[in-house]
Amino acid sequence: MGPTDTTKAGAHHAPAHEHGSHEELSFWRKYVFSTDHKTIGIQYAVTGMLFLLFGFCLMMLMRWQLAFPGRALPLIGRLFGEERMPGGTMLPTFYNELGAMHGTIMVFMGVVPLAVGGFGNFVLPLQIGAPDMSFPRLNMASYWFFFLGGVTMLASFFVPGGAAQSGWTSYTPLADIAGTGQTIWILGMIFLITSSLLGAINFITTTIQLRAKGLTFFRMPFFVWAQFVTAFLLLLAFPPLEAAALLQLMDRVAGTSFFLPTGLVVSGQALQVSGGGNPLLWQHLFWFLAHPEVYVLILPAMGIVAEVIANNTRKPLFGYRSMVYSLIFLGFMSFIVWAHHMFMTGMGTTMAAFFQTTTMIISIPSVVILTSLIISLWGGSIRINTPMLFALAFLPMFGIGGLTGLPLGLNITDIPLHDTYYVIAHFHYVVAPGTIFALFAGIYYWFPKATGRRMSERLGRWHFWPSLLFMNGVFMPMFLTGMAGMSRRLADGGATYAFAKPVLHYNQWSSFSAWALALAQIPFIINFFWSIKHGEPAEANAWQATTLDWAAAPSPPGHGNFKELPVVTRGPYEYSVPGAARDFIPQNARAEG
Amino acid sequence: MEIPYTVEIRPDTGLNSGKIGIWLFLASEVMLFGALFATYILLRVGAVEWPHGAHYLNIPLATLNTVVLISSSVTMVMAWASLKRDDFGKFRMYMAATVGFGAVFLIVKYFEYSAKFHHGYFPKTNTFLAIYFTMTGLHMLHVMGGMAVNAYLWGPGAKLWRSDKEHFTNRVENSGLFWHFVDLVWIFLFPVLYLL
Amino acid sequence: MSDTHAFDLKKHVRAYILVFVSLMVLTLVTVAVSRFHLPVHQAITVALLIATIKGSLVACYFMHLISEKKLILWVMALTVIFFAVLLWIPMATVADRIGH
Repeated sequence: MGPTDTTKAGAHHAPAHEHGSHEELSFWRKYVFSTDHKTIGIQYAVTGMLFLLFGFCLMMLMRWQLAFPGRALPLIGRLFGEERMPGGTMLPTFYNELGAMHGTIMVFMGVVPLAVGGFGNFVLPLQIGAPDMSFPRLNMASYWFFFLGGVTMLASFFVPGGAAQSGWTSYTPLADIAGTGQTIWILGMIFLITSSLLGAINFITTTIQLRAKGLTFFRMPFFVWAQFVTAFLLLLAFPPLEAAALLQLMDRVAGTSFFLPTGLVVSGQALQVSGGGNPLLWQHLFWFLAHPEVYVLILPAMGIVAEVIANNTRKPLFGYRSMVYSLIFLGFMSFIVWAHHMFMTGMGTTMAAFFQTTTMIISIPSVVILTSLIISLWGGSIRINTPMLFALAFLPMFGIGGLTGLPLGLNITDIPLHDTYYVIAHFHYVVAPGTIFALFAGIYYWFPKATGRRMSERLGRWHFWPSLLFMNGVFMPMFLTGMAGMSRRLADGGATYAFAKPVLHYNQWSSFSAWALALAQIPFIINFFWSIKHGEPAEANAWQATTLDWAAAPSPPGHGNFKELPVVTRGPYEYSVPGAARDFIPQNARAEG
Repeated sequence: MEIPYTVEIRPDTGLNSGKIGIWLFLASEVMLFGALFATYILLRVGAVEWPHGAHYLNIPLATLNTVVLISSSVTMVMAWASLKRDDFGKFRMYMAATVGFGAVFLIVKYFEYSAKFHHGYFPKTNTFLAIYFTMTGLHMLHVMGGMAVNAYLWGPGAKLWRSDKEHFTNRVENSGLFWHFVDLVWIFLFPVLYLL
Repeated sequence: MSDTHAFDLKKHVRAYILVFVSLMVLTLVTVAVSRFHLPVHQAITVALLIATIKGSLVACYFMHLISEKKLILWVMALTVIFFAVLLWIPMATVADRIGH
């Protein structure tokens, strides 16, 4: 193919058909340094799930302190050493360390790698009928940057003074003067951000360039649209945080005063720095990313729920077009709402009004998407299986999370609620029984595609029902404690405040629920590993789905995914089409006539 | 297994994947430097007094560097244009010139920075110098990165010309896009830091 | 590679040379203007105006944005909007703060 060969006919390639055409890869090239999107997706997913478990364990430790402030933790308390838990009792600095790292790990090393790196990588090329991502080697690099970032974050626990302990938000000037762990946090973030940026470039290019013949944008499954918009959020919102991280690094290591105001006094002594900096600058740059980041957390989840619901109602999604337009509008708006996290920073009424207005507007597309998903159930032939249970539970849980965000987004009602447990309850509802439930739905749903076997339905129920119950047990009381005025990030859970006395017992409700929630994950862990080898064998289109991942690729797909690249002839949700032989028509079914 | 549209153009978008990829990367870089410009604005607006660039910085040297970088952009685009005309010899000449200009830029920067340090001007001295060193430092890292890629394409990477001319030409074009972007950032950095 | 018509080197090179000369002139102009020590607001406006013109020349002609496909133009337009938001809004919140 020379420089002048640009004919349109030369543009369409068939992928590698025969496996004999390329040499057998070594163990390292096949499983560790793989460029295959499916392997990389599984790497991201498993690593992400391990970090989710670790972040969960950090929180369970915190919940001991919150339930029984100042009491020694029996048996394992002393394992954390004299600097963290002398005599088994938690020091406030350790509580802060746990809090900051719980947030950081859950968001950046758990949910996003699983939702985007895991599901996005594995499913997206399959659903668009592509042999792999546009840039397979860049994809591999993305995973390893993520891994490096994760290792860096874990390593930070072992430096003198411990890991970062200034909140996942690393507000300045506190984070500027914090211990070494904060510097390691910054380095870890730079690796993680790089991973996301490279991944975003890959996802966007792949979606644009590698859609199968006939797969127009409005024939793409909603899951693909969700990942596509998410990639734009990552691409354009992360760099300012990377810049901010660099600035904080300069403050900490080079003695600059980007975020240090003039005349700052620490422990009775004036800081020997030039001053002239602005702590709010950090907040602006941080939240410029962190607000779109929360949509990065929810959009892939909505994508998964949409697929599972359409499939298990045997009906097209209601309002697919509106949902897609809502996704795009939401993505755009997410860049201009960030300072609703900063209402209490002395902002004037004009800017507060601006941000409260954009925040109210952004709730509209969210509501459109949620309502469409709910209406999609109407008149459906609903199949109840484990993925569907998690997808159904997502709907009211996300509803609660979303609705409780409204008083936070209005600057007047935010005044009593800001930085209280109400905020914690709000965002956990969207991420925990919201996104994480959707991710569970996705794992149960796509497990047969990745392994050729189903997960056990019985163990799935044992996972689902207690999880639903205890998730609510953990977070529902927090609305009450928050409205009573209990601040977040208090190492004793508010025990020293007289006004908190009537609601202090809720801390114990939440803690017992959290520990029970941990137990409820055991059926899942057993199910996941046992089913890989012993699950009921699944056919290629295990769920009788219309989308290409199920209808056109084997389970599991081989290298290159498809024997021949599929040709798409219809939309993504042709379920129960009147007059059709079966209750679904795959996207690549032959066109009529 | 070959990934479609890596080199050849996808009909409905009119683009190959590499070009889309590099533009997306540049979009992220716009936001990266944008955050630093936003930092400059906030720090300056909040400052009691803000020094004029000339007080600390060497304008003639920076003007020279501006000329150097703009020239390197011209040689870069000429390098690509030479490949389009199948003139590999000219490509090597122009690409070498591009890397050469980049080296001159770095050398001038070395003299600039060491003069600052010699006078006792460090990032920690005040916020003006902090943002000056950070912005020009990050820009300098980008110059180095671009030079490394260009040097690779001039040297060992040029092997690809023999087996796939179009693919190699695209790589040079994409590297050029990055290099022009680095020039573009400097076009804004120079007046903002040095002349205002 | 990109254009179905033959690559017209002469036209392109003419554009590159014109742009190069313009960039050099504008560089000298911007340095010259700075020596007049205009009041701050005017100085900023003039400097940014000249920089924008120079930047646009680089983007349009060296980076070929002027003949680029719509997809790329849309992505960059979106980016420029968010860039403007990032530059404008934090300053607006500082300017609008309580007690100011």
